[in-house]
Amino acid sequence: MISQFFILSSKGDPLIYKDFRGDSGGWDVAELFYRKLTGLPGDESPVVMHHDDRHFIHIRHSGLYLVATTSENVSPFSFLELLSRLATLLGDYCGSLSEGTISRNVALVYEILDEVLDYGYVQTTSTEMLRNFIQTEAVVSKPFSLFDLSSVGLFGAETQQSKVAPSSAASRPVLTSRSDQGQKNEVFLDVVERLSVLIASNGSLLKVDVQGEIRLKSFLPSGSEIRIGLTEEFCVGKSELRGYGPGIRVDEVSFHSSVNLDEFESHRILRLQPPQGEWDRGSGRLQVYLKLRCDLPPKSLSQELSSPEQKAELAEGALHWDLPRVQGGSQLSGLFQMDVPGLPGPPGHGPSTSAAPLGLGPASLSFELPRHTCSGLQVRFLRLAFRPCGNANPHKWVRHLSHSDAYVIRI
Amino acid sequence: MPYLGSEDVVKELKKALCNPHIQTDRLRYRNVIQRVIRHMTQGLDMSGVFMEMVKASATVDIVQKKLVYLYMCTYAPLKPDLALLAINTLCKDCSDPNPMVRGLALRSMCSLRMPGVQEYIQQPILNGLRDKASYVRRVAVLGCAKMHNLHEDSEVDGALVNELYSLLRDQDPIVVVNCLRSLEEILKQEGGVVINKPIAHHLLNRMTKLDQWGQAEVLNFLLRYQPRSEEELFDILNLLDSFLKSSSPGVVMGATKLFLIMAKKFPHVQTDVLVRVKGPLLAACSSESRELCFAALCHVRQILHSLPSHFSSHYKKFFCSYSEPHYIKLQKVEVLCELVNDENVQQVLEELRGYCTDVSADFAQAAIFAIGGIARTYTDQCVQILTELLGLQQEHITTVVVQTFRDLVWLCPQCTEAVCQALPGCEENIQDSEGKQALIWLLGVHGERIPNAPYVLEDFVENVKSETFPAVKMELLTALLRLFLSRPAECQDMLGRLLHYCIEEEKDMAVRDRGLFYYRLLLVGIDEVKRVLCSPKSDPSLGLLEDQAERPVNSWASDFNTLVPIYGKTRWAAISKCQGTERYGPEHPNSASFAASGPLIPEENKEREQELPDSGTLTLVPNCQLTAEYFEKTWRSLKVVHQQVLPWQRAVHPDTLQMALQVVNIQTIAMSRAGAQPWKAYLSAQDDTGCLFLTELLLEPENLEMQISVKQNEARTETLNSFISVLETVIGTIGDIKS
Repeated sequence: MISQFFILSSKGDPLIYKDFRGDSGGWDVAELFYRKLTGLPGDESPVVMHHDDRHFIHIRHSGLYLVATTSENVSPFSFLELLSRLATLLGDYCGSLSEGTISRNVALVYEILDEVLDYGYVQTTSTEMLRNFIQTEAVVSKPFSLFDLSSVGLFGAETQQSKVAPSSAASRPVLTSRSDQGQKNEVFLDVVERLSVLIASNGSLLKVDVQGEIRLKSFLPSGSEIRIGLTEEFCVGKSELRGYGPGIRVDEVSFHSSVNLDEFESHRILRLQPPQGEWDRGSGRLQVYLKLRCDLPPKSLSQELSSPEQKAELAEGALHWDLPRVQGGSQLSGLFQMDVPGLPGPPGHGPSTSAAPLGLGPASLSFELPRHTCSGLQVRFLRLAFRPCGNANPHKWVRHLSHSDAYVIRI
Repeated sequence: MPYLGSEDVVKELKKALCNPHIQTDRLRYRNVIQRVIRHMTQGLDMSGVFMEMVKASATVDIVQKKLVYLYMCTYAPLKPDLALLAINTLCKDCSDPNPMVRGLALRSMCSLRMPGVQEYIQQPILNGLRDKASYVRRVAVLGCAKMHNLHEDSEVDGALVNELYSLLRDQDPIVVVNCLRSLEEILKQEGGVVINKPIAHHLLNRMTKLDQWGQAEVLNFLLRYQPRSEEELFDILNLLDSFLKSSSPGVVMGATKLFLIMAKKFPHVQTDVLVRVKGPLLAACSSESRELCFAALCHVRQILHSLPSHFSSHYKKFFCSYSEPHYIKLQKVEVLCELVNDENVQQVLEELRGYCTDVSADFAQAAIFAIGGIARTYTDQCVQILTELLGLQQEHITTVVVQTFRDLVWLCPQCTEAVCQALPGCEENIQDSEGKQALIWLLGVHGERIPNAPYVLEDFVENVKSETFPAVKMELLTALLRLFLSRPAECQDMLGRLLHYCIEEEKDMAVRDRGLFYYRLLLVGIDEVKRVLCSPKSDPSLGLLEDQAERPVNSWASDFNTLVPIYGKTRWAAISKCQGTERYGPEHPNSASFAASGPLIPEENKEREQELPDSGTLTLVPNCQLTAEYFEKTWRSLKVVHQQVLPWQRAVHPDTLQMALQVVNIQTIAMSRAGAQPWKAYLSAQDDTGCLFLTELLLEPENLEMQISVKQNEARTETLNSFISVLETVIGTIGDIKS
C-alpha cells in the first residue's frame, strides 16, 4: 500500500502532496526524495530508492515526478502500473499532464486522489466510475475550438481544413462535456507504432522491433458500442497467413479486458463498449524485416544547409541536425566537418557523431511518420452502434502514426 | 506563488475567510480555500486558520466540503481540540441521504488521526458496514483498519473481525478486497488474515469480477493458502491460468509468483510457467515506460540465475538503444552477459564491443567488465577484443581492461600468454589506483614473461615519492620482490632503493610495515622469501569455488514480484538489516576474546613457529601439498566437525590472508578473487601424525561475518581444538588490521 503520494515538478517543487497513512515522516519527504534522486551515484537506478524504512518508487511522466512511498515489500509491477495509470487519469481529467495544468487544478487532483486511494489502497481507477464522484471541473487554460487554426498539428495543412482534428483535440478533459452536454461526440483512435532499429556499419540489420498499440480516447456517452475493423491480413503468432497480400504477422497481442473478441478470429473486428477516457485497446509486438535505403549519406557538399528551417548545432560530443519536415521521396544531405582535438587521422563527418576514438559513434535518427504504420496495420472502419440523442453524427478521428524509439545506424 | 512569510499569508487568508462578502459568494469562498490548500502543499504551516476552516465545513457545496476535509485530516494531529469541533458536522454528514456525502464524511472522520477520536467513529463505522450503498461499505471496511491502528495497543475486537469475515461475501468486489486489506492490518499481530479453503475458493471464483488492482492483491493473499491435495492444487492452477495472459503486468507477475510458489514440488510446472511468462516479460522489457522496463529487466536477471538458457534466443531484445537511460543500459549489459551461449556469443560480443567506445565512460567500463565476465567461458575471443581496446590508448578504457586481465589470469591461467603479450605499453595510459594496482600485480606475478617488466616497475619506483595511493605502494613492494626472485640482476638495485624509501621516508604505517617485513624476510635468506612469497598458489580450478551456478527456482520464488530483485539481493540484505537492527543484538561473544589474543604480526613468524608447537599438542607439517582434485574428493566425503562464525569487518585481501596462513603452515588450496561475492577460501593443513584439517572460509556479503567450517579425517577433539585456536588467531588478527 502507499504511505504517501506526491507530484514534483522537474525542478523538485512539490505540486501535490498527500499522506494516506500518517505512519512515516512529514512534508520534508518530498525534498528528501529530490535530494536522493539528484545525489544518486551513476550506477544505481533511481526507480526504487530507500531511506530508513521507506521505499520511494517513482515514474517520470511529462517532466513530472510521480512518487509513492511505502514501507512494505510491494510488487514493483503493480506499483509502477498504478503510477502510470494515475498519470493517465490525471491527464484525462485535467486535459493534459504538465506542471501548469496540475497547479491550476490542485483541488481536482486532490479529489481524484481521494477517490482513487483510501488509506493507501487502490479503490478504483476507472475513469467511468470516478466520474460519479468527481465534482470539481477542470480549469483549462485555453478554450478548445475546432477552428483554432494555430493549433493545427498532426496532419499538416495539406488536407482539407474541416476534416482535420487539431492535435490538441485529444488533450482536453473528459469532464468538460458536463456543461455543454452532447455537443461533442468524438472518438479518437490512434494507431501508434514505435520502431527500434539497429543497423550495423556494414549495413546489416542487427535488430528490428516494432511495438504498436491502438489507443482509443472516447468522449461518447458511455455504453455505446464501437466496432473497429482491422486489416484482414492481420495474423498472430505462427498461424496461417490470411488473404493474398503481404501478411502482417504479429508475435503477440494483448487486449484490454473490455474488448469483445467474438469477431476477431473471423473478421478481425474488435467490439467494445468503451468507458470514457483513454485506454489501450491492445498492444502487439512484431518483427518486420525491412529493406531500407538510407537517404542521408553525406555528399560532397561543404557545410551548407539548404533551407533556413534546418538547424545544426554541436552539443556534448554530438552533432544535432534538426529537420522540420522531409518530403517523401526527397533526399537530403549535409556535410559536417569537425576537428576532433587529439585524434590522429582525418576528421570525421556524418550526422550525430560522437568523438569516440574508434572512428565515429552511431548516427541516431528520431522522426515521426504520420499516416503510416510500418507493419501495414490499418483500421478499416470504426462504426458506432448507437444513435446519439438528437445530435448530429459523432466525429470520428482515426490517426496512424509511426515514430522512432531508437533508430540507430552504426557508422 | 510568492513565498511570503507564512504568518502574513495566514493573516491575509484568515481575513478573507472571515469576510462575510466572500462567505456568501460560493466561488470566491472556494477559491480562498483552494489557496489555503495550495500553500499547505508547498509546506507552509496553515494550521492557523483551522477555526475558520471548521466553519467552512458546514456547507452544501461538496467540492468545498472535500477541500476542507482534506485540510482537516492534515492538521488534526496538530490541533486536536479544535478538530473535535468538526466532529459534529462530520457525524451529521454520516447520516446524509446522499451516499457520496456519507462516504466522504466517514472516510475523513476515520482519517483524522488524533487521540480520542475513536469513541466518535465507532458507531458511524458500524452503521457504515451495514449501509446499503457499496461506496459507504468500502469506506467503512477500511475505517475499521484505521480505527484499529489509531491505538496500537488496542485489543482485537472479535465481533468486528467476524463481521469483516462475513463481508468477504459482499456483492461489491471492492468491498471484498478492502475486507482482506483491513483484516490483514487488524490481525497483523496474529499473522494476518487467514485464508482457509472456503475463503480461497470463494476468492478464486470472484477473481474475474475484480479490476486489475484487486486481482493482483488477491493473488498475493492467495500465496498463503496451502492446497490440501494435488488435485485441488491443479484445479486452482487451472482457474488461474487465464490471468497469465492478462494485459496488466502486475496481474501476470502476481499469477506467475502464485504458480511458482504453489507448484513448489513440480519443477516442470514451474519451468512451463516461466516459458509462458516470457512473452509478457519481454514486452515489458521494451515498454515505453522506462521504470517498468527496468523492473522487468531485473526479473529477467533473476530468472536467468536458474535457467541460463531461458532468454538466449531473444538476446537481441536486450541490445541497448541510444536514448535509454544509464541504469537500463547497465541492466541490459548484465543480462547479455548472463544469457550468452555458443550460438549467440559472436553477436553479443560484437554488440558489447560497440558499447566499449561509448561516450559515457561509466557505460564503456561496464561493457568492458561484461566482456571480462564472458571471457571466463569464451576466453580467446574476449581476450582478443580486450587487446584491441588497448590500442585505443584511452585512459578510462585501458585501466579497466588491465583490471579485467588481472581477474582473468587468476581464473583462466591458459590466457596468461596472450595477456602478457598485450601488456607492454599500457602503463602510459593508466592513472588511477585500481588500474595501477592491477598492472603492477600482473608485472610482478608474470614478470618473467614480459621482457620490459623491470623497466616499467622502475618507472614506478622512480615516482614513488609522488605516488598518492598507499595501496599502489604496497602492491609495488610485493611485485618488485616477486620479480626480484625471478630476475634478480635487473631488480636488485631498485628493490634496495624502494625498501630504503619505504622504511626511511614513507609516512603510511602499513606501507612502512610491509617494507620492514620484506626487509627482514630478505635478511633471513632467499629461500625463506621464496617459501613465503611463492607458496603454492590458490587453484582456481577447484569446483567448490564456483558452486553457485544454477540456483533452484524455489530459492527465489518468494522474492519474485517484490522489490528484492529490483534492489538486488545484497542491497536488499543491507536495507532489511538496518530496518531490523534491534533483532540482531550485540551477539558476537567472540569479539571480546580477540582483544586478548596476542597480535600475530608476520615479522614475528620465527618465534611464533617455535612457540606454537610447544603451546599445544599440535604440530602442523610445513609442506603439506594437496592437489585440488584430492582436496575436493576428501572435502565432499567428510562431515563438518566444527563450525564457527567470526566477525569480519572489511574487504578480504587474499594475498595478506594467504601469507598469514602460510606462516602457520596452513596451505591455501583455492580462494575467490578479492571482492567476489560470496567470497570463499579452502584451506588445508596436516599435523605430524597425518591428521588432515580441511577448512572452508565463507564470507557472505550481507553479514559482516566470516563463517568457518572445519573437517577432519580423524576424529580427535584435542588437536581439532588447537587447530581452531590457531585459525582463530590468524583470522582475528587479519580481520582487525585496519588498512
